[in-house]
Amino acid sequence: MRKFLLLGFVVFTGIIFVGRLFYLQVYQDESNSLENDNAIRKIYQHPKRGYIYDRNGKLLVANQPTYDVVVIPRVVEALDTLMFCSLLDIDKAQFLKSFNRAKRYSPRLPSIFLAHLSKEDYAFLSEKLRKFKGFYVQKRAVRDYQTEIGANVLGYIAEVTPDNISKDGYYKLGDLIGKQGVEKSYEKELRGEKGVKYIQKDIYNRDIGSYKNGQFDTLPIPGKNITITIDATLQEYGEQLMQNKMGGIVAIEPSSGELLTLVSAPSYNPALLVGRERSKNYTKLYTDSIYRPLFDKALIRMHVPGSPFKTLVALAALQENVITTRETIYCAEKYIYGKNRRVMKCHCGGGYRNLFSGISNSCNSYFATAFGKTIDKYNDASMGMDIWSNHIKSFGLGNFLGNDLPVGKKGNIPDGAYYDAWYPDFKWGPTTILSNSIGQGEILVTPIQLANMTAAIANKGFYYTPHIIKSIDGETIDKNFTTKKETSIDSTHFEPIIEGMHQVYTKGTASFLKVPGIEICGKTGTAENFTEIDGVKTQLTDHSIFVAFAPKEDPKIAIAVLVENGYYGARWAGRIASLMIEKYLKGEVSLKYMERLVLNKNLEDEYLKPYSGKPFKINQ
Amino acid sequence: MNLNRAHSFQLDWVVVLIYLALVLFGYFNILSASTDGAFSSYFDLSEPYGKQSVFIGLSFISIVLILSIDAKFYERFASIIYLLSLAALAGLFVFGKKVNGALSWYEIGGATLQPSEFVKFTTALAVAKYMSDLQTNIKDSMDQFRAALIVAVPAVLILLQNDAGSTLVFAGLIFVFYREGIPQKYILFGASLLIITIATLKFSALTVISIVASFIVIYQLFFKRKKKKITLSVLILILCSGLSFGTEWSFNNVLQKHQKDRIEVWLRLEKDPEKLEIMKRNISYNLNQSEQAIRSGGLTGKGFKEGTRTKGKFVPEQHTDYIFSTVAEEWGFLGSSIVVVLFVLMISRILFLAERHKSQFSRAYGYGVASIVFVHFLINIGMVMGLIPTIGIPLPFFSYGGSGLLAFTILVFIFLKLDSNRLNVW
Repeated sequence: MRKFLLLGFVVFTGIIFVGRLFYLQVYQDESNSLENDNAIRKIYQHPKRGYIYDRNGKLLVANQPTYDVVVIPRVVEALDTLMFCSLLDIDKAQFLKSFNRAKRYSPRLPSIFLAHLSKEDYAFLSEKLRKFKGFYVQKRAVRDYQTEIGANVLGYIAEVTPDNISKDGYYKLGDLIGKQGVEKSYEKELRGEKGVKYIQKDIYNRDIGSYKNGQFDTLPIPGKNITITIDATLQEYGEQLMQNKMGGIVAIEPSSGELLTLVSAPSYNPALLVGRERSKNYTKLYTDSIYRPLFDKALIRMHVPGSPFKTLVALAALQENVITTRETIYCAEKYIYGKNRRVMKCHCGGGYRNLFSGISNSCNSYFATAFGKTIDKYNDASMGMDIWSNHIKSFGLGNFLGNDLPVGKKGNIPDGAYYDAWYPDFKWGPTTILSNSIGQGEILVTPIQLANMTAAIANKGFYYTPHIIKSIDGETIDKNFTTKKETSIDSTHFEPIIEGMHQVYTKGTASFLKVPGIEICGKTGTAENFTEIDGVKTQLTDHSIFVAFAPKEDPKIAIAVLVENGYYGARWAGRIASLMIEKYLKGEVSLKYMERLVLNKNLEDEYLKPYSGKPFKINQ
Repeated sequence: MNLNRAHSFQLDWVVVLIYLALVLFGYFNILSASTDGAFSSYFDLSEPYGKQSVFIGLSFISIVLILSIDAKFYERFASIIYLLSLAALAGLFVFGKKVNGALSWYEIGGATLQPSEFVKFTTALAVAKYMSDLQTNIKDSMDQFRAALIVAVPAVLILLQNDAGSTLVFAGLIFVFYREGIPQKYILFGASLLIITIATLKFSALTVISIVASFIVIYQLFFKRKKKKITLSVLILILCSGLSFGTEWSFNNVLQKHQKDRIEVWLRLEKDPEKLEIMKRNISYNLNQSEQAIRSGGLTGKGFKEGTRTKGKFVPEQHTDYIFSTVAEEWGFLGSSIVVVLFVLMISRILFLAERHKSQFSRAYGYGVASIVFVHFLINIGMVMGLIPTIGIPLPFFSYGGSGLLAFTILVFIFLKLDSNRLNVW
């Protein structure tokens, strides 16, 4: 026994040690992480961010150098604060705030003391700052906007958030990332790849040479230049027309799905989000809760479509073979339906209506009848509704379009299950949900969906997913954007609809919006909308909505315009659509009177009404 | 039996090979831990690795000397060697040089010498000599006391020179006494002493005493038919209380701040995460850095001279006490466990050889060698991996240091000389 005590201890200790080593080195292994090794300093070289061009090759976004005053708190010696502050044009409180923030971050590492100096300041300061140890000026690249338009399309870049960093290990504190628009959706292409140098450092944070002779070091790869589908001239014109109004314009080239314009109003100058005043400007834009300029209305403003939706109701009815182009109905300026003899008003003027005059005069009775027939074709209302809903959805409504813009909304196209859930104890039928037939009710769309729907009609039954990218450094784009998406409606059914939409311009609701020399097909829309004021559902002035495409043969542009609370469709949205079409197809506008009218219209009063706290009238 | 063979020179090559492996591997790790990029020559005397080359040379010379001296010399002169080394140790109080607070060095023309390293093997010799003396009866308490004194004198001297780490090594010699026959109760007593002390530090004196008391009560109630020895039970309880409260009192009043901190870190007494974070940066800084270096080694390590934490000098004292963290970082789990295994094999082999001996002197000395190497191995690697509180003692054959390497070489090779002479009839 006495022989084995020490031997036992020795072997036992050996086992414990190997076990501990296993725990530390194999179980808690930290060996394969050059990135996380804090004995290695990673020095990043930032690549040039890619430029953004419009469809005609006009440079929209470039880069510019900016200069930051950087401080290493540890190196700073006692200084003449007064002189230093006057040099940088800051006060003492700001000096202390910035300095303490830098010190809290790290006394040894450089951090930004004062960001975004101009070139002139830089020349002046770099000379003077030499006297102040620990402060120096550092160059950095930021965006340089060559245009004042398209803020919602171009988006902006900003410093990464902790969330960005945790999601993608590529980003390090202080890096810039695209936050909105194409800066966000094409971030990976635009940013390029950072170059990295691995430097072995010692315990005192001093560099003691490159790690493994730099065999892991990389050079920065510059970002790619991208060309977007936006026509800068048309975009600018659209933004001008929308000034002092709220809403959106979306214009699409039907033959390709390329987005020609994507106006969200009110907009802002993208240059506001660059430079020294950035955070002040951002806060201002962010906190504007009435106009919400950072909110891309063309992409995410959901609203009822109103009458333009009737075109789809007619197409579904034609496809289901429940109406013909020869059939007429009689409209008594109202449509009476259901057991309780409920009344739906109609503003078409009354009389006999067929498909063409139904569209051109936007006859509610005609489409209520067509919708009812479509649903009633099937014994079960729920099944009929499913069939109808699938036809509508094949136009890209009721779901995400799958485009290359970072935001979007699904909208809503109800199906049978939707109403089964709504009316669990009640046998519902087409009359229960009749308001869908005229684009009210439960239908919700976004302006881009409306524009896409119009493009599909212009193409007689197919569309390409609307997209903003034209080319990336000359390379081809995602196949998804060049693949035809077929609707469920046969192309023959489109002829009468297009003819009806043409008559909207020739003798219908938009006859005063004719553009000389261009055959336009369009459809007006007036959408009721409500808000909640102190918990009470209150109706506001109708949204003015208009969709159109032109020319009638071989369409070049399909457009949807939403002017919030602009009253009836032809009033503002229709005028804007006509002007945009003329501008795009002719390059200049002949309808000067109409242009002046639109430019001078200010709807501010309308938007302030719900906030006035006083009773107000609508639809004036 | 072939007498010619018996008289021949029989070195145990297993121990020699392990010794050489450890010394050379140690050398390359010192080289890695002490270069900062610029490497000139293996004999650059301004660098630790250059000096270590010289020490290794000196060690090899000493091996030749040790092996060429007659084996009987060591037994015969053990007492004199011991007394001389004590004199050298005592002389430090007059001529010594203080480094890092410990008065452990002689400085002779630029070179330094640390007698405490050498006292380890002289004490082992003296203990072996006393144990093998025919007049010694280890069952006799007076002789036990004398044996203890042989160990205690150098231990106390070293403690007075403020080198607590080295003092602990002498406690390891209890294994020699145990092997040679001191009563079991000493070992049991020592073990309970250790357990009660650590338990008191980890929990509190009151908790420990309550647990001991409840054990005694249960014992008295259920296992004892005749309740005669109540007085003994009470005595044990009183002794435990004394020890427990004594420990607590000395922890608070006797120990120095850094010693207290090390124990707190070891026993994880601090629970507040914020304070722990602060402790990581100062008190347990070395340990934290060394553990990080070990972890970063992974399974296979970063390769010779490629350890980023070693190169950046993140672990303080890395070429001396913390040399094992270099091994672990650059050679990974495979390399570092091989080192552990080599130590275990070497100590086991020495024990095996010692047991073969008929001569009590050789056996006792062999046990002395094994205990001393074991205590160093246990404390040093345990400390580097955070299993044992920070105690500054070197890793035998590995750590940089001339006195240490030379002393360990002498320690082992005297035993090998004795072993080679095993079959000679004395």
